[in-house]
Amino acid sequence: METLEQFKTRIEATIPGARVEIIPNESPSAQRSLLIDAEHAVAVAKFLRDDPQLRFDYASNVTGVDWLDTVLKEKVKVKKVIDGAEKEVEETVEKKRPGYLETVYHLYSMELKHGPVIIRMRTGDRRDQVHLPSLTPIWRGCEFQEREIFDLYGIVFDGHPDLRRILMWEEFQDYPMRKDYVEPDDYEYEPTAHDEVLEKAKRHEGQGPAAP
Amino acid sequence: MIDESLRTELSKQGIFTLKLEELYNWSRKNSVWPLQFGLACCAIEMIATSMARYDLARFGAEVFRPSPRQADLMIVAGTVTKKMAPQVIRLYNQMPEPKYVIAMGACAISGGPFKQGYNVLKGIDRYIPVDVHIPGCPPRPEALLHAFMTLQKKIEEQSLTSEQRPRHLHADAPSEFPIPQYGAHDLEPPNNPDVWQPPVVTRTE
Repeated sequence: METLEQFKTRIEATIPGARVEIIPNESPSAQRSLLIDAEHAVAVAKFLRDDPQLRFDYASNVTGVDWLDTVLKEKVKVKKVIDGAEKEVEETVEKKRPGYLETVYHLYSMELKHGPVIIRMRTGDRRDQVHLPSLTPIWRGCEFQEREIFDLYGIVFDGHPDLRRILMWEEFQDYPMRKDYVEPDDYEYEPTAHDEVLEKAKRHEGQGPAAP
Repeated sequence: MIDESLRTELSKQGIFTLKLEELYNWSRKNSVWPLQFGLACCAIEMIATSMARYDLARFGAEVFRPSPRQADLMIVAGTVTKKMAPQVIRLYNQMPEPKYVIAMGACAISGGPFKQGYNVLKGIDRYIPVDVHIPGCPPRPEALLHAFMTLQKKIEEQSLTSEQRPRHLHADAPSEFPIPQYGAHDLEPPNNPDVWQPPVVTRTE
């Protein structure tokens, strides 16, 4: 199989305007992934599926990730004039990164027996720009998994044939897999509570009606 | 009231004397028909219990009815999610009195391993009255048989006339229980206070 760098070059050559970024992975698996822009995502996905050398005909897994607003700390070498002499000093620069939601697709090729290749898409933010193109028209098996992401993360997939909640009920308004989700407080009876659950259970103590 | 020694003597001659209450409860306890439904892995153990090896038929309960209208016993076998809870309660409401409930397994009695999740009901006894709770994940068929025998004992001991008579003989006791609504964040209400109140927990620390 080609390397991700070759993928990137070929995608950018084939689809004009497509922006592909390789996301590094510093964990032992070193499994890097391709970040593709939402605008050209369907075209890129179609290319990955149909290109005779790639033929990624199977999306084995689709999932979501919630990234909160964070402050990234980066060490930058800066030239500064100290005591008249110019010196290189290391400084920590803090960058604010607004949060976003992400989808991750794991692709394999049944025909050429290679994979996985991981592609990602990111939304504009976590509040109102949560639309991403659906890849269900490319890989039919994504339908339920995209519905699950819509249900639990609140990413709206444009072009999805049947975008409804799949696990929670229709009237439910929250997105439980988001990191700022507040769960219903039903910790009034926790006989063997410990750690966080104990803290939550203690808030109820002395409030509940006495047992008959 | 018949004399006990006379009763023994009569039974030796093949004449059985008993109170109507005893006859009524004896026949009831030996033909408890469960509702045929399962919610998760506990249902597999429930099925095993009903098959030849464990043979629930010995207790007169092999007739699993696919309709709540014909069932006497609801075995809540498995995880009750919040999305499923209204349907379970509706099925219970549709069963005719007298009706009984066995909550089978850790999930049905408390939420089990999913207790701290957002989508699992922390015990079906928050909405409907439960007669027998069985712990276990899942409980062995023997445990379900034991629960069944416990329920039979309970039915046998029910008095028909006293103040402790079962619910179906109380004219003003409820036979149906309110079905919770799907709310924006949780089921509404999150429990039925007439049926369930949080027990007082005393911590030793």
